[in-house]
Amino acid sequence: MLCFDFTFQRGGFRLEAKAEIGDGVTALVGASGAGKSTLLALIAGLLLPQRGFLSIDDQVLIDTATRHQVPAWRRQFGLVFQDGQLFPHLSVRDNLLYGWHRCPAAERRFALDQVLALLEIGSLLPRRPAQLSGGERQRVALGRALLYSPRLLLLDEPLASLDERLKQQILPFLKRLKEETKLPMLYVSHLHSEVDYLADRLLRIESGRLLGDCPGDPAVLP
Amino acid sequence: MSLTPAEWQALQLSARVALCATLLCLPAGVALAWVLARRRFPGKFMVEALVQLPMVLPPVVPGYLLLWLLGTQGAVGSWLYAKFGIVLAFTWKGAVVASAVMAFPLMVQPVRLAFRQIDQRLEQAASTLGASPWQVFFSISLPLAMPGVIAGSLLCFSRSLGEFGATMAFVGNIPGETRTLPLAIYSFTHVPDGESAAMRLSLLSIALALTALLVSHFITRRAERALGLHAMEDRRAVL
Repeated sequence: MLCFDFTFQRGGFRLEAKAEIGDGVTALVGASGAGKSTLLALIAGLLLPQRGFLSIDDQVLIDTATRHQVPAWRRQFGLVFQDGQLFPHLSVRDNLLYGWHRCPAAERRFALDQVLALLEIGSLLPRRPAQLSGGERQRVALGRALLYSPRLLLLDEPLASLDERLKQQILPFLKRLKEETKLPMLYVSHLHSEVDYLADRLLRIESGRLLGDCPGDPAVLP
Repeated sequence: MSLTPAEWQALQLSARVALCATLLCLPAGVALAWVLARRRFPGKFMVEALVQLPMVLPPVVPGYLLLWLLGTQGAVGSWLYAKFGIVLAFTWKGAVVASAVMAFPLMVQPVRLAFRQIDQRLEQAASTLGASPWQVFFSISLPLAMPGVIAGSLLCFSRSLGEFGATMAFVGNIPGETRTLPLAIYSFTHVPDGESAAMRLSLLSIALALTALLVSHFITRRAERALGLHAMEDRRAVL
């Protein structure tokens, strides 16, 4: 269970968000600029809130009242960016194993072979990111995050840069991931089709305010 | 074209001084370049100006200041001698310091640009994969900045080979100790019959500088290719 209560301000933008997130896929929807990516960055530890609290399974990660904060690299959350952000100087194999090497052996939940099979990227191992197509890149990025055995997977519009055909290719992988791993996921998207297909729960964010659950009716989506 | 022993001595000394100056500038230059590229702090402009200063000052000025500071009577120089027995003034080690000070901006600038060009989200991605700030630096930032580091090192080396004014002011022109190539050329132009030697050493300097620039060009290209930068450009061109 992930619990957070943030107030974050930068320039004229203010974000207030409070929620509890359990297992399964929680979709985070809202117009662009509403603060979806900012919220993900706050949870991942790439931004720090002016005031707030974050905990996962009874471990406190941020508590501004006691000035307690766990840095991003100690949170063990996976984050998949919109455009993959694969390391250009490393092969696909070294990209995949980057987080795996940094995860204590006892906490590893996936083996390389398992992830390669799940995402069908086994043949790409020796290649460089520049030699991959957009869909391949996103699958490698997803595999890289999984191999780090995250306690929570944050997905920031992971399919936004792909065309419809590639989306249809990757969505089933995400569904399989959800069914086979039971990993809690927070999925940012602005597309009905993705949300309907994947999400168990829908959170809506509007100009910097997290409004909490909204019914799964596509008509209410932006 | 064969060199006399005195000319060989100058060439070897130049190579040694330039190499040591580059090795001295490398860690300090990379560290400072990273700080300038990634951190904001009050007085940053002053630090930048101070680093660039040797490039725009008459080289004699830094040389004179070094003598004032690091000379055997100088504040730091006398301390170095009393504490460690190190003498910099009028020794080849002093020539290394003079070259390093003058060539330092040429090391910092390309490395800093290289750091600035790295997409910071790559570094963020690494940190969300469990890499500590030091691990991010050594596994992501530094390898991605490598073309700049190589270019900076070669520029620094070439600049050190050509260092004249600051060296002359700080450590003088002592054969075998501080008489590097440029100082040897200068000396030859001041003695009768020195013209052919001066010309030989001048041609040698031109050849060395050209070689360094060519090597820099090829190594940088290779490093960029190893990073997949050209493949990305090709892809962009196709799209």
